[in-house]
Amino acid sequence: MRYFVGRVMQALIVVWAVGTLVFFMLRAVPGDPIQALLADVDPRAADVIRAKLGLDQPVWVQYIFWMRNTLAGDLGQSLYGSHQEVSQQIAEAIPRTVSLALVAFLISFTLGLTAGIVSAVKKDTFLDYGFNLAAFLGISMPSFWIGIVLIIVFAVNLRWFPSIGYKPLSAGLDQWLRYLILPGLSVGLPFSASIARLTRSAMLEVLGQDYITVARAKGLNEKRVVFRHALRNALIPVVTVMGISLALLFSGSVVVENVFAIKGLGRVLIQSILNRDYPVVQGSILLVAVLLVFMNLAVDMLYRLIDPRITYD
Amino acid sequence: MTDAMKDSKPGGSIPALSAAGPADMPERPKAWQLLLRDKRAIVGLTVLGLIVVSTLFASVVSPYDPLSQEFDILLPPSPTHVLGTDDLGRDLFTRILYGARVSLFVGITTVTISMVLGVAMGILAGYFGGWIDIVFMRYIDLQWAFPNFIIAVYLVAVFGTGLANVIVAISLAFLDDFARITRGMVLSIREEEYVLAARSIGASDTAIMLRHILPNAIAPIIVQATLSVSFAILAEAGLSFLGLGVKASTPTWGLIISDARSFFTRAWWLGIYPGLAIMITVLSINFFGDALRDVLDVRAE
Repeated sequence: MRYFVGRVMQALIVVWAVGTLVFFMLRAVPGDPIQALLADVDPRAADVIRAKLGLDQPVWVQYIFWMRNTLAGDLGQSLYGSHQEVSQQIAEAIPRTVSLALVAFLISFTLGLTAGIVSAVKKDTFLDYGFNLAAFLGISMPSFWIGIVLIIVFAVNLRWFPSIGYKPLSAGLDQWLRYLILPGLSVGLPFSASIARLTRSAMLEVLGQDYITVARAKGLNEKRVVFRHALRNALIPVVTVMGISLALLFSGSVVVENVFAIKGLGRVLIQSILNRDYPVVQGSILLVAVLLVFMNLAVDMLYRLIDPRITYD
Repeated sequence: MTDAMKDSKPGGSIPALSAAGPADMPERPKAWQLLLRDKRAIVGLTVLGLIVVSTLFASVVSPYDPLSQEFDILLPPSPTHVLGTDDLGRDLFTRILYGARVSLFVGITTVTISMVLGVAMGILAGYFGGWIDIVFMRYIDLQWAFPNFIIAVYLVAVFGTGLANVIVAISLAFLDDFARITRGMVLSIREEEYVLAARSIGASDTAIMLRHILPNAIAPIIVQATLSVSFAILAEAGLSFLGLGVKASTPTWGLIISDARSFFTRAWWLGIYPGLAIMITVLSINFFGDALRDVLDVRAE
């Protein structure tokens, strides 16, 4: 329990550090967003807006205001369009990003584990070489390009799936999935390649150990040896990378959301950077940080529950 | 560390020391021979060599200018335009060739910068320990909590776009990997006898770090650097694709793919070929890096 509290504190400190660093760096960089926004408008109007946004205050005053508002859940408003609340924009984006990451996670682990196990069991066969090459190709392709290829093949030419967009789960499971298959594959395929390589080497290591030989000597059939005896132990390193994998799937979806025009966190972040919409940039950076840090924490805790050999110290 | 000073015996001869220093010296030629016998390394190096040479001599390889616009817009691949033309009539093959310059340049400069900085941080932190270690490692841990690409996006968000900023962003994003690996190596090498011996004859900290520790920590750093080049190329392509990369007029692989999105139904080649170029380049670096890792016997993390 004490360990748990310590880890949560650590996570909070990381989030605070990122928020603070970004806050000061955004203000240290030359170029005033209001100037850009109102390039040829009356300078007095710009002053009024600055005062309204608190940008006329000294930086440390702005920082205290920002901290206070952020803690209260108020991330400010978008500088453009309908001046949407940043917190609302992010709240709408999160389910989309989580959906995409979930589908990508399922795809990458199903494909990766299957390919890895088959490769290890059929070591040095044509099948193994094939999977190996596929895995190499997988880690060498940018996820956004996989998305483009999938759109050209399956949306534009075969018309099996919609090319862009997103349907929430409330529109029905089939609709939700139909829109997420191609983006999910784009994020998941490169990652399934790493999972496959990891599973293969873990399986090979376990299959070479004495107790596997014993199990075989007892006359157990191969299926039982592979699935009951080997896989269980081979899965430990694979489970370990799940934490990192979530973070990587997330960073993959930042790009892929922009390919498929899914208004998730990644798209909100990138669009705000392109528009120099600073409140949104700051808010989405902070939320991405929160998501990543606490995801890592959750996986870490889960792993400690699964494997009792890891002690709380 | 101070114990070692007290234990120092006089008369540690310099020739004996330099023989003991880089301990794996006799094995090194063997490593290169092994590398040249490895199919992955040969394939990777050959393809990379071809890419580097053809992009350096792009104006000889292709008769077209990457920026000149003609009336032959959106032509499919043909003998005159091997990979077709884009919406402004520019030859796609030529643009991909010139795009390789940006990718390779960014890949190599960013990895060089982040390797030099990261290795320096790792060595100082690991060798001196104390507050230097605490300060550097706190920063590295902070960065470690985030995927490299996210760090690069964060930094571009702060610094802005453009070639120089992209290079800074990617270099800093990959820093933590080098610092971690180096620090880990230094911590184990620091206690080796030849380091104690060097210290005992009064070698300066700088000399010990550069001449005795670094050469023995170099293998995993080299492997990491090789593989990082491919990650950096992918990161640059991703940033350009998102519009966070270099100026929009410069042909880069990510940007060509991004522009291709408006012409999916009419011109598939614009989306497919630049991606193939990325894949082939990254694949050959990965092949080489993988072979290098096996030959240098560096364990994957």
